[in-house]
Amino acid sequence: MPDNVLLRLLIVFLPLSFLSVGGGQSILADIHRQSVDVYGWMTDARFLDLFGLSRMTPGPGSLLVTLVGWQAAGWAGALVATAAVFTPSSLLVYGLARLWARYRGAPWQKAVEAGLAPVAAGMVLAASFTLLQAAEGGVLAWAMAAVSCLALLFTRVSPFLLLGAGAVLFLLVQP
Amino acid sequence: MAETAAEEAAAGPPGLGEIFLAFGKIGLTSFGGGLSGWMLREFVQNRRWISEPDFLNGLALAQAFPGVNVVNLSLWIGFRLRGGPGALAGVLGIVVPAMLVAIAAVAAFGEVAQVQAVHVALAGAAAAAIGLSLQMGVRTARRAARSVVPVAVIVATFLAIGVLRLPLLPVIAVAAPFSIAHAAWRLRQRRG
Repeated sequence: MPDNVLLRLLIVFLPLSFLSVGGGQSILADIHRQSVDVYGWMTDARFLDLFGLSRMTPGPGSLLVTLVGWQAAGWAGALVATAAVFTPSSLLVYGLARLWARYRGAPWQKAVEAGLAPVAAGMVLAASFTLLQAAEGGVLAWAMAAVSCLALLFTRVSPFLLLGAGAVLFLLVQP
Repeated sequence: MAETAAEEAAAGPPGLGEIFLAFGKIGLTSFGGGLSGWMLREFVQNRRWISEPDFLNGLALAQAFPGVNVVNLSLWIGFRLRGGPGALAGVLGIVVPAMLVAIAAVAAFGEVAQVQAVHVALAGAAAAAIGLSLQMGVRTARRAARSVVPVAVIVATFLAIGVLRLPLLPVIAVAAPFSIAHAAWRLRQRRG
């Protein structure tokens, strides 16, 4: 039933679009369950491979979805899965952007912006902290993150240079 | 560099192709995450397409609403620059080129090649990339920490997600309405 695979990808990823918050990690467990246990598109090991690869390649980490689609049904699968996971939430945010432009400066809008700011700050800090705890390289990783954070706050150094410095440092020290 | 940025700002909003390429560049160069940090540097500080407060407001909304926040933020910035078509250019720019690279990588390696040096180098780049996202956290926190209650919200959200490892959705569902209600009350007080 090759045609049905695309349909199943839609059924799996469309609802996940609304459940993905933050970096997309919130839907990771469910993607794993559906693609390995429920539909058997791949083995557990293959899923981990794809996950590792999605972390190694540049771009949004959420591109794991693309790779799962690709594994399940080739190019068509990759397109369907990617579109399914990004389109519904994007339409919602598009509506929000229009609403924001229309009522620019309204009191409720200022309240929402001021109210969401501390929540977002807590989320970003928590995400960084979680990444730090999972980072390979222990103390060296923490030091590199701290240096790069300070450099970005107080200088106009290019992030590219910092990533390169991190890579070279780790190659030299081999933590 | 500063001059080109000023010229661009004076020349009006960038074209759709320019928006697509700018987001595509970020999608392709951001190893190890921290994409919103890249965007801040590129769109606020280098190209000056959008102001820092505007950017941080967009980030707060992108974080709190469903969807992957980097994609949401690209849509938001694209929309601010050129309306609906700009939003589409932003989303396609951040997703499509990176997606092609990811598929090419899977197609090229049947299994992920475990070359030790590559692995170590990527771990180093990822550590530096955490600094990018940390920097965003510091900027948003500094701007949001206007009084006791917002500070408490920052700390509580951080502890709930980062330390207690509670799932994001319920945390946002509790923290966001509370924080917005408080902000609304403060705004009304200030006007009254």
